[in-house]
Amino acid sequence: MPDRNPKKTPMPEQEPDVRNKNFKEVALGYTEEMARGEAARCLHCKNQPCVRGCPVGVHIPDFIRSIAEGDYEGAYRTLKLTNSLPAVCGRVCPQENQCEHNCVRGIKGEPVGIGRLERFAADWHMKHGKEEESHGKPNGHKVAVVGAGPAGLTCAGDLAAMGYSVTVFEALHTAGGVLMYGIPQFRLPKEIVQKEIDTLRKKGVKIETDMVIGKVLTVDELFQKGFEAVFIGTGAGLPNFMNIPGEGLVGVYSANEFLTRVNLMKAYRPEYDTPIIRPKNVAVVGGGNVAMDAARTALRLGAEKVHIVYRRSEEQMPARREEVHHAKEEGVVFNLLCNPVEIRGDENGKVASIECIHMELGEPDASGRRRPVPIDGSNFRIPVDCVVMAIGNSPNPLVRSTTEGLEANKRGCIVVKDESMATTREGVYAAGDAVSGAATVILAMGGGKDAARSIDRYIQAKA
Amino acid sequence: MFQILQKRKLNDSMTLMVVDAPLIAKKAKAGEFIILRVNEQGERIPLTIADYDREKGTVTIIYQIVGKTTMLLDQLNKGDAIRDFIGPLGKASELEGHKKAAVIGGGAGCAIAWPQAKALHAQGTKVDMIAGFRNRDIVILEDEMRAASDRLTIMTDDGSNGNKGFVTDALQKNIENGADYDLVVAIGPLVMMRAVCSLTKKYGIKTIISMNPIMIDGTGMCGGCRLTVGGKTKFACVDGPDFDGHEVDFDEAIQRSRTYSEMERAAARDFKCHLMEGVEHA
Ligand SMILES: Cc1cc2nc3c(=O)[nH]c(=O)nc-3n(C[C@H](O)[C@H](O)[C@H](O)COP(=O)(O)OP(=O)(O)OC[C@H]3O[C@@H](n4cnc5c(N)ncnc54)[C@H](O)[C@@H]3O)c2cc1C
Ligand SMILES: Cc1cc2nc3c(=O)[nH]c(=O)nc-3n(C[C@H](O)[C@H](O)[C@H](O)COP(=O)(O)OP(=O)(O)OC[C@H]3O[C@@H](n4cnc5c(N)ncnc54)[C@H](O)[C@@H]3O)c2cc1C
Ligand code: SF4
Ligand code: SF4
Ligand code: FES
Repeated sequence: MPDRNPKKTPMPEQEPDVRNKNFKEVALGYTEEMARGEAARCLHCKNQPCVRGCPVGVHIPDFIRSIAEGDYEGAYRTLKLTNSLPAVCGRVCPQENQCEHNCVRGIKGEPVGIGRLERFAADWHMKHGKEEESHGKPNGHKVAVVGAGPAGLTCAGDLAAMGYSVTVFEALHTAGGVLMYGIPQFRLPKEIVQKEIDTLRKKGVKIETDMVIGKVLTVDELFQKGFEAVFIGTGAGLPNFMNIPGEGLVGVYSANEFLTRVNLMKAYRPEYDTPIIRPKNVAVVGGGNVAMDAARTALRLGAEKVHIVYRRSEEQMPARREEVHHAKEEGVVFNLLCNPVEIRGDENGKVASIECIHMELGEPDASGRRRPVPIDGSNFRIPVDCVVMAIGNSPNPLVRSTTEGLEANKRGCIVVKDESMATTREGVYAAGDAVSGAATVILAMGGGKDAARSIDRYIQAKA
Repeated sequence: MFQILQKRKLNDSMTLMVVDAPLIAKKAKAGEFIILRVNEQGERIPLTIADYDREKGTVTIIYQIVGKTTMLLDQLNKGDAIRDFIGPLGKASELEGHKKAAVIGGGAGCAIAWPQAKALHAQGTKVDMIAGFRNRDIVILEDEMRAASDRLTIMTDDGSNGNKGFVTDALQKNIENGADYDLVVAIGPLVMMRAVCSLTKKYGIKTIISMNPIMIDGTGMCGGCRLTVGGKTKFACVDGPDFDGHEVDFDEAIQRSRTYSEMERAAARDFKCHLMEGVEHA
């Protein structure tokens, strides 16, 4: 008999007043008892609507059944069949729009906590599980992967499992992409990401850091070096600015810089040399996950007041619900239907305030969301000493501009054929944010998987 | 890890290192830079590729010891290794098609100006090099700069080498005396570059400067290196570091360069104290 409780088993968390001062993980994870209790809520629906909501098609009812039966390692193995980074996805997937959105239990109550259970099984494996089987039988073919984010890592893992000799080239000094430099420690501990990457290394994937492709080697040179196919998973790392007056003032950061200084370069840890401004009052412009992460990071650096400035309404915020909720609990102030028009500085060129204008919702725009329009004369200022711009990122042109025949669209996204992920250059495949523009971890992984399959087909057809 | 093959002190605060980095050496061009990280806890700092040897697979850097990272770097010796060494980054200088150029270096900026003079000279452009230093004792790369130019003028602020004055004085004199420059390259402190630019603007001579804002990734990801050039936002690491000096918003760049100055001073001070403790306990 399934458990009839209409609510998800709550996730133990650090208290808001405690956690907004430390960088430790906010959500603490289920105990075995909680996990089995939550697993018992699953109805094991025949038509599995939840699975259709998952971009990589995790066998959801199967892994949940294993948890209910206490076979946690079995649950992990089921997850791994389709998802190479379950510990990551269980934490950061926007489940409310994906698997859990489709869950039948969600019609009359809360859906099954699929993400939480996924995290539980993955964490259990990390603590108690057995080493995974290593390399597939070497098939003698070489593939290069550019970019060590979720797209590249997934593609590399899948190809290695098929027996390919895979080398991942990463521009930064650490592999992991946004998982390392963007998403903060308190939401996704870096140790977990590094464990996943170690697992890949054990499978035989070579990872070369400090390699900016397009600069030190071009895609053409990778082919000359004997790689038979190249996968591009370079993400969407180019920060957008608003082009309003004052963006050059001291104390204005892109979210990428702010988060990179803290996450990748560990500015919050005294033994690291990275400098960062320790602001008192911060405005973060934007309403996505990136904005929430920047705002909550600012609190943890000791800011007294952190404002979100977002031009649409709360329902239209692209951030995960859970993150908005967490941010509010931690004391972040939400200025909705507000848009910055100027950042003002003091006599030393440091940020002193941000001037905003109130907005109202007008006619729907191309995205179907009602377009925010400024209300004349409603300007007001928020006194701040730091502004973080989190209004989106575009794909970086480095690889594109140094690879002849690799086409991109107007927004700079690499053009691929549906599903095969083949670009306009023979032997070159691409996926993740580099193709879609800023999206999600799981979509990037899904794309990486599709590309691995196509690359295999391409090389086998030639061989 | 990248091995240090050679280390040479140029003056009290400047050092030259030759580093084993074959992939970078193969691609390097004048005007490009590398980013290095000395150790796991270290900052990423940008340094210009001062020279390279494609055959030997080496890259030469010249750094001024100004803060914690450059102090740490300077503690390494021949045979030691640098943890991360990433490049070549940035856009190579666009120097083609000029008949006569003045290349101006200010202090440590000479380390960056020298490779540009060399590249111009090698392509047959006539090069006057003007190098400015506070005093005679800190002059660096004199032989190298002489070899890379048709004429070298060294200016010192205090006249201790006989030529008293700023680089702009020497430049103005050359121009007035009929040196028909179609290009000026100026690299050094922001205030020096600003002074050169306002002079060359008067004479209508195209002027390239090399900007060195604070950087992290060097690939266009963080936006920390942004500048306003011709009213537009540019990222120095991918759009530069060379820019048209008459278009750069110097006031903003000067302000931004001071973002971390208090913290950097504290870090350097603590680090020096820490070193001294080591000496005292030794
Ligand atoms: C702050 C923040 C929070 C987010 N929160 C969430 C969340 O909660 N849930 C969610 O699902 N998604 C979230 N996202 C989005 C998600 O992280 C991305 O969609 C995902 O990481 C994209 O994966 P990717 O592999 O395509 O690219 P990336 O993760 O961007 O990785 C690309 C990698 O390629 C490297 N690279 C770039 N250029 C080169 C080059 N020329 N040569 C070599 N290497 C190169 C980069 O350094 C990087 O390591 C968030 C993003 C950010 C920035
Ligand atoms: C493209 C580029 C090329 C460069 N090439 C050279 C070079 O060939 N030789 C050389 O000696 N220096 C060069 N620099 C400057 C060099 O990067 C800095 O001196 C170095 O980062 C200082 O690090 P630190 O930790 O020792 O000092 P910090 O403690 O970080 O800083 C000490 C002082 O240096 C200034 N500073 C800090 N970071 C930078 C920076 N990125 N650029 C300029 N000033 C900075 C600070 O404002 C402060 O006054 C270059 C900078 C750029 C952007
Ligand atoms: S990978 Fe993401 S979408 Fe798929 S089941 Fe797991 S949490 Fe849900
Ligand atoms: S839809 Fe919900 S209840 Fe049904 S199988 Fe999926 S997780 Fe279980
Ligand atoms: S250094 Fe980060 S964008 Fe230039």
